[in-house]
Amino acid sequence: MAEKLLMKGNEVLAEAAVRAGCRFFFGYPITPQNEIPEYMSWRLPEVGGVYLQAESEVAAINMVFGAAGAGARVLTSSSGPGISLMQEGISYIAAAELPCVIINVARGGPGLGGILPAQSDYFQATKGGGHGDYHLIVLAPHDLQEAFDLTVLAFELADKYRNPVMIYVDGFLGQMMEPVEIRDPVDLSNIPPKPWAITGAKGRKRNLIKTLYLEGEMLEAHNFKLKKKYEEIAQNEVRYELYMMEDAEIAISAYGISARISKTAVKILREKGIKIGIIRPITLFPFPYNVYESFSDKLKYVLVVEMSMGQFVYDVDYGLKRKVPVDLLSHAGGIAPTYEEIVSCIMEKFGKGGN
Amino acid sequence: MKLVFSRPESMFDKQMHYCPGCGHGIIHRILAEVIDELNIRERVVGVAPVGCSVLIYDYINCDMYEAAHGRAPAVATGCKRVHPDLIVFTYQGDGDLASIGMSEIIHAANRGEKITTIFVNNAIYGMTGGQMAPTTLLGQKTTTSPFGRAPEREGHPIKVCELLSVLDGSAYIVRGSLSSPQKIIQVKKYIKKAFETQMKGLGFSLVEILSMCPTNWGMSPTKAQEWVAEMMENLYPLGEFKLPRGE
Repeated sequence: MAEKLLMKGNEVLAEAAVRAGCRFFFGYPITPQNEIPEYMSWRLPEVGGVYLQAESEVAAINMVFGAAGAGARVLTSSSGPGISLMQEGISYIAAAELPCVIINVARGGPGLGGILPAQSDYFQATKGGGHGDYHLIVLAPHDLQEAFDLTVLAFELADKYRNPVMIYVDGFLGQMMEPVEIRDPVDLSNIPPKPWAITGAKGRKRNLIKTLYLEGEMLEAHNFKLKKKYEEIAQNEVRYELYMMEDAEIAISAYGISARISKTAVKILREKGIKIGIIRPITLFPFPYNVYESFSDKLKYVLVVEMSMGQFVYDVDYGLKRKVPVDLLSHAGGIAPTYEEIVSCIMEKFGKGGN
Repeated sequence: MKLVFSRPESMFDKQMHYCPGCGHGIIHRILAEVIDELNIRERVVGVAPVGCSVLIYDYINCDMYEAAHGRAPAVATGCKRVHPDLIVFTYQGDGDLASIGMSEIIHAANRGEKITTIFVNNAIYGMTGGQMAPTTLLGQKTTTSPFGRAPEREGHPIKVCELLSVLDGSAYIVRGSLSSPQKIIQVKKYIKKAFETQMKGLGFSLVEILSMCPTNWGMSPTKAQEWVAEMMENLYPLGEFKLPRGE
């Protein structure tokens, strides 16, 4: 039964995974996402699933590899330093074309950094992180309802494209509470069959899950095959929100919690008569470059708000074809941008004499 | 005419890539014979390591994974937890298991993960060209211990069976050797017993096999087999270190 509950972000992500048919979780504790493994440790046995606390993030992601290869809907979650340790396994999972979902509740880095929220794993999430040419599908919700819905979508996309999907949120979304409509469990009878999975070679030719291609021609062919898949994903799966962009002359671009904070700023700026809106990517890969390009002749200024020291801004600038002046409002390491700060940033530039 | 010898059904009819005198071919064969004899080919899943035997899946005909370096026990864990009825084994060399994958093997054993590990110890890194392994003998020269392994410089050889047998989760831990036909027959019995331990749901099982690497040891195949008997078996005693409960 769908019901509206007041829940913590991390628990919303975990419950959404269960409702999406995830029955296996392998992970290792790290703050600020510990409510996810804690929730799964009692919730999964309740629905006949398995929770296993691995000895490390390295082991956890390889257990995910094993379970995904065995045909299961499987989840792991971590935060920055733990995600770094998982990069080896993530590269292998992408290479082997196995479906799984990885949640990164990002905290401030580099190094041990801190446990407070940040968005500074953007490059790692969207540009690789592990070795080789591969991409994750990266989903970036900006509130908890969207976190629930995108988690369900993540499992669908993972199976559809046989590709790891990352849900990339920051510690704010993980730790905050708000009412969320917990939707009914998905109908698993529609999951595409997995004839490639490791199930024992009974009555069929044996299956083999591998990533080694010793001959250059074969490795390159595999990489072209992956590239084609990423292009198909880019064609079909771009998601974004345009907020008050109909008549906008200037825009803020942000994702996740930064976009949510920016929405308040935009409301205030609109009251002051400034024609401003927000371009918010929901998928960070595939990135909505075309959407930015479509605004590149209409906008006279874009302010990028991100909780990192200038990572997301490169994609925005690329999308706008460098036709629009772009400024960056950066915070990282647990400090969030405030809407007042965003408002004054815009007012300083466009406040005098109105828009 | 009576057929007295043939290729096991669980093996593909394919020429192996291993060097002359290498132990992997022997171990692959007895492993396949055990799979045949237990009639489990359609229920067994193998996890290949990184190293010379990464290509084991070209020779053994069952569902298989290829794992990242050292991670085979974690991959096997993920598979076994999804399909508890499958019989899952990892096949790992000394670098894979005792160096980069030491954490994964210890914790899989300690959890009592119901998997079987075939651990091939030839005291050297084969695929990368003869560098020192955690199991390299004291005094043994390799390309990265050119003066012979010295404990004060390179540390001591790691004894995997001794290490894992003290863990409560391990059920059957045994070490055999390829240094003679009799010992090879014994290794086959060990492998069979390890699979049976898993099939009975008793916990983690590991068969360590002392094996030859004539190429990287710089010896003839015959001399290499003698070296296993004289040098390796001296440091790594053979036998069953831990028996399944009740035996």
